[in-house]
Amino acid sequence: MSLSTRLLATHDRRLWLGLGALALLLLGVVPALNLAVPPDSALHVPNYVVTLLGKYLCYATLALAMDLVWGYCGVLSLGHGAFFALGGYAMGMFMMRSIGTRGVYGNADLPDFMVFLNWKELPWYWLGFDHFWFAALMALAVPGALALVFGWLAFRSRITGVYLSIITQAMTYALMLAFFRNEMGFGGNNGLTDFKDILGFPLSQPSTKLGLYLLSALVLGLAFLLVRFVVTSKLGRVMMAVRDAESRVRFLGYSPTAVKLFAFTLSAMLAGLAGALYVPQVGIINPGEFSPANSIEIAIWVAVGGRGTLVGAVLGAFAVNGAKTWLTGAAPELWLFLLGALFIAVTLGLPKGLLGLLRTNKHG
Amino acid sequence: MTSLRAFGAGLLAAAFLLPFTANAAEDTIKIGVLHSLSGTMAISETTLKDTVLMMVDDINKKGGLLGKKVEAVVVDPASNWPLFAEKARELLEKDKVAAVFGCWTSVSRKSVLPVFEQLDGLLFYPVQYEGEESSRNVFYTGAAPNQQAIPAVDYLMSKDGGEVKRWVLAGTDYVYPRTTNKILEAYLKSKGVKPEDIMINYTPFGHSDWQTIVADIKKFGSAGKKTAVVSTINGDANVPFYKELANQGIKADQIPVVAFSVGEEELAGIDTKNLVGHLAAWNYFESVKAPENDAFIKQWQTFTKNPKRVTNDPMEATYIGFKMWTQAVQQAGTTDVDAVRQAMYGQKVKNLTGGVAVMNTNHHLSKPVLIGEIQANGQFQTVWRTKDVIRADAWSPYIPESAKLKADWTYPWVCGNCAEPKFKM
Amino acid sequence: MKIFKLALLALLAVASPAFADDFADAVRGLNADGYSDKIAAAEALATLGDGRAALVLDALADGRLYAAPDGALLIEQAGAFTDAVTRAAASGAEATAITVNNRLRGVARGAAGRLALFSPDPSLRKRAAEAVLAQPNPESAETIRTALAREADAEVRQVMTLALATLDLAAAEPERRKAAIVALKGSSNPQVRGQLQRLLEIEAEPQVKAAAEKALADINVRLTLVDMGANIFQGLSLGSVLLLAAIGLAVTFGVMGVINMAHGEMIMLGSYTAFVVQEGFRAFLPPDYIGLYLPVAVPVAFVVTFAIGVVLERTVIRFLYGRPLETMLATWGISLMLQQAVRSIFGASNREVANPAWMTGGIDLAGGFTLTYNRVVIIGFCLAVLGALAALLRWSSFGLHMRAVTQNRPMAAAMGIPTDRIDAATFGLGSGIAGMAGVALSQIGNVSPNLGQTYIVDSFMVVVFGGVGSLWGTLVGALSLGLVNKVLEPYAGAMLGKILVLVVVILFIQKRPRGLFALKGRSVDS
Repeated sequence: MSLSTRLLATHDRRLWLGLGALALLLLGVVPALNLAVPPDSALHVPNYVVTLLGKYLCYATLALAMDLVWGYCGVLSLGHGAFFALGGYAMGMFMMRSIGTRGVYGNADLPDFMVFLNWKELPWYWLGFDHFWFAALMALAVPGALALVFGWLAFRSRITGVYLSIITQAMTYALMLAFFRNEMGFGGNNGLTDFKDILGFPLSQPSTKLGLYLLSALVLGLAFLLVRFVVTSKLGRVMMAVRDAESRVRFLGYSPTAVKLFAFTLSAMLAGLAGALYVPQVGIINPGEFSPANSIEIAIWVAVGGRGTLVGAVLGAFAVNGAKTWLTGAAPELWLFLLGALFIAVTLGLPKGLLGLLRTNKHG
Repeated sequence: MTSLRAFGAGLLAAAFLLPFTANAAEDTIKIGVLHSLSGTMAISETTLKDTVLMMVDDINKKGGLLGKKVEAVVVDPASNWPLFAEKARELLEKDKVAAVFGCWTSVSRKSVLPVFEQLDGLLFYPVQYEGEESSRNVFYTGAAPNQQAIPAVDYLMSKDGGEVKRWVLAGTDYVYPRTTNKILEAYLKSKGVKPEDIMINYTPFGHSDWQTIVADIKKFGSAGKKTAVVSTINGDANVPFYKELANQGIKADQIPVVAFSVGEEELAGIDTKNLVGHLAAWNYFESVKAPENDAFIKQWQTFTKNPKRVTNDPMEATYIGFKMWTQAVQQAGTTDVDAVRQAMYGQKVKNLTGGVAVMNTNHHLSKPVLIGEIQANGQFQTVWRTKDVIRADAWSPYIPESAKLKADWTYPWVCGNCAEPKFKM
Repeated sequence: MKIFKLALLALLAVASPAFADDFADAVRGLNADGYSDKIAAAEALATLGDGRAALVLDALADGRLYAAPDGALLIEQAGAFTDAVTRAAASGAEATAITVNNRLRGVARGAAGRLALFSPDPSLRKRAAEAVLAQPNPESAETIRTALAREADAEVRQVMTLALATLDLAAAEPERRKAAIVALKGSSNPQVRGQLQRLLEIEAEPQVKAAAEKALADINVRLTLVDMGANIFQGLSLGSVLLLAAIGLAVTFGVMGVINMAHGEMIMLGSYTAFVVQEGFRAFLPPDYIGLYLPVAVPVAFVVTFAIGVVLERTVIRFLYGRPLETMLATWGISLMLQQAVRSIFGASNREVANPAWMTGGIDLAGGFTLTYNRVVIIGFCLAVLGALAALLRWSSFGLHMRAVTQNRPMAAAMGIPTDRIDAATFGLGSGIAGMAGVALSQIGNVSPNLGQTYIVDSFMVVVFGGVGSLWGTLVGALSLGLVNKVLEPYAGAMLGKILVLVVVILFIQKRPRGLFALKGRSVDS
């Protein structure tokens, strides 16, 4: 079967229609409403909403990555925030380097935080980040390599279930503490910030933000196609088999280690890509992104949306983050109650997530 | 079926856009309050949110500002730095606030800075910090290092402070302690302190097991020279630190600890009976007797309906910032950012502890410096204060790279970090 | 010579209250305006050599000296006021405390200390001698010599000899300096080491220098041993904190398999219970009983968190058995709600939970190492809780039922065990233990709504490291993590130490994927 026929095959045609509509909304309608409609019109999409949506799109890509390993491969990683953050740091380092002499101390060789902490020269691991291609490569390669090594160690010794979740959590926690250290040369607690432009486009321009937003939407779409391609392939079947009965798969002669390692590494690279897109839009990357709570939240988006469905992951990322944005403004004192209640309600009432709810509603 | 699912997803996404498009009435002046109400920083920041609300309440009772009511838009950035930037953008773009009062940690300020500069908003930042910054869109009403750290060290070196010869600089590993300690190290060396008489120690955020470090301090202090600890330990980690200090029997008359991040609010969470005599340096203490301060404390306790509620330095900084902003708005006759900014320079507000705070053209204040000793009742007793107000340095003369820089937002400089004026006279 | 006189006079003073007028004048001088005047007055008071001076100076140093509106100075002792000069009872209603700063406090304490060298109480004399040792002051030499001549108590004599020897280090004659070094050689006091180091910096006489170097080396060896001992204690103490935080989780997560993200919040609720009980004691009971609030808070916290645990189990958790990852999500939601609830009720800022007097301070062991009472109590408490839990599981019928249900639910039900009730009670037990841990942890750290978050990652790490389902593993896991952390800390620093411990745990799990003490059997794999 050729790629396109398999992707567009069979019972899913209406799904593609829906996704096409969504893509049109995100890639066409939102920018049009932002650019063409006058600001005082009720239909106008203000700039900050564009930035906000851009951020959600990155989260959605991250949720997709999570769904790949958790939903389809049964590996609940509580350390995906680490891959996201590493991708973000790679992009942050590139933008730090592009500041050049426009930093407050006007030092062409060193970022500001290094100047005022008395660093004399750029550490070796910053070399190469002057080039966009290198940074972009690193945004994928560093999370990928970490996932490969970590996954190899973990899957080889058959660490599964909660044990795996807890050591991935330990991994992101250790990285958080490491990045907090100012000696590491990544700006400590403040992280990397004060970016001026990316590839010559000033970040303060709404048009740059819109461009980044469109890019994020595009990346989300491509990531969706990629992950969908993987999970509908033969490999995807084996993945789901590993999820459901790992020992049996092993007895059948497959190597669950290799399958899991592939899914984990691919997922980490996707997460890194999401992080790389996220940082220019929010303008800061710091060790807080490594915090275990952030990684737990990623799992929660996927669970809220509906695990093992891909669309659910995207939906969950939008729903939870949208709720968070809305409630932290509308009910600053109560939002934790509401969010907590949402999580409990979803787990108790909607084991298949919001997507399951949509599905049942259409039937009933 | 599946397409409907996808449509549903689209609908849901669209539904979340709705709340952002609502617009409010124009007969009020809106200000933003950007303090974490949940997460790790809620411990400190919630108080400042309440302070702003109290000031708003007060000004509205007095008839508002420019004949309009002031309305506070409170949001919760939840101690999450990217969320700070998002909320700042929301306040400026959606709620169109005239000014924002907020932030505590340096990283939260760094996170919102590009937003304020891009959208030309006004941020009033009320916490002591490391300096090395002067943005056109931020007014810094907390202390710079030269308004806290240097006077404190001077005091400890004086006869009254015990003629300290040996120094432990202990801090949490982030930018404020790093910078402050760097400045202090340079300063101490310039005063003839030998490198082996300085011990620098950094700990992670929320560090809770202080046994080793306190024992080390004790050891360092047993070298026969008068020793003091300069603590830039951040919020949460202080309670276990002081508890360990008290239990290991370090008394203030042997090894005094002077802290820059411990105020009345933090002490309210510690039993201070065994900490009497340890010090803090601030621009404000609740215990200072002054008519303005008495009125402020009374107003605060009435507002929070809690007669035991304490006040602290960042609250005073918030108070000064808010007062200055209202005065500047009245002087400019508008809330327009450019006009208010111009009116801010030289704006004067009476300090709660006496004297007058002045806003300088480097966007920092001139304020008095007070050094106090912890008392058994959780208050500070002032043991030393500057005769006059001290002008904050945005750029420290003790850091070689920053010594060259100058912040002055008036003609001909018009710059936050310049080695020479932007315009030639 | 003046000081020699003072010493003699001090001895006499207790018997004959001579110089009463000078004394009264000097005491009044303490109520001066400036600190330098007060310091002069305190020094004058000390040189008067009146036995009552020690009391006044002590009160001054402790902030217990008050000035009445009529100018009389009063000493406050446990809420009662006495006139500083006449010792008659007085009313302290209008009196204001005399302000003291560190310098004045130091002068007062030093002077009181010198006077205390002649106190009839040997423990006071010892403390006074130790104070001189800590801050040797040439002025004290004569006094100490006199005191030593009269001292009968061997222990006190030893400290006094040491103190005198440190003072002799500054003597002009090399022989005296050398003799002093010999006397100090056997000490393991870090102060002495400091004195010797200072001597080495300025010493010119080669012989004396060599002796000092030798003595210093001896002391260093002993102090290194003390350091190692201290390190082990600190490691055990940190381990016991980790263990306390993890025991409850070992029950809910280890035994029941519920990934309880709200575990930290149970600890927090326990700490807040301690706070409420403490406030209750302060409000309703006489101050003498305040030290008892902690033993009362422990069972109260257990009951409160047990009840909350049971309610959570009945309303949420029980619908999620067999779906561990969903419970994680739901309990995460619960944890957010509990945090916000506590924030709404008690406010966002830290609450003060005081160490009771019997848990404050510590014993100074050799080499400047202080064994702090609160740490010792927590180690003991933690072992007691673990022991009680193990006994409950091993010997009670509830424990039997609980083990039966976790091992084979359908079979247990078939045997007539009410599995529902056992589930609720088990979750309650885990929460209750977390609550008791919270009471203990309130003694060393913050009591704030974020309290639970600081322990949650560590707790999971301990349980997984030790082996899920094994109490013994939790014990060994917690103590070894604590020890490793504290052994690494002096070399790597607090931050790197912690990172290294995490890396060690991750690598260790690779070696033993089921933790230190893995449960054997087929049930584990499911």
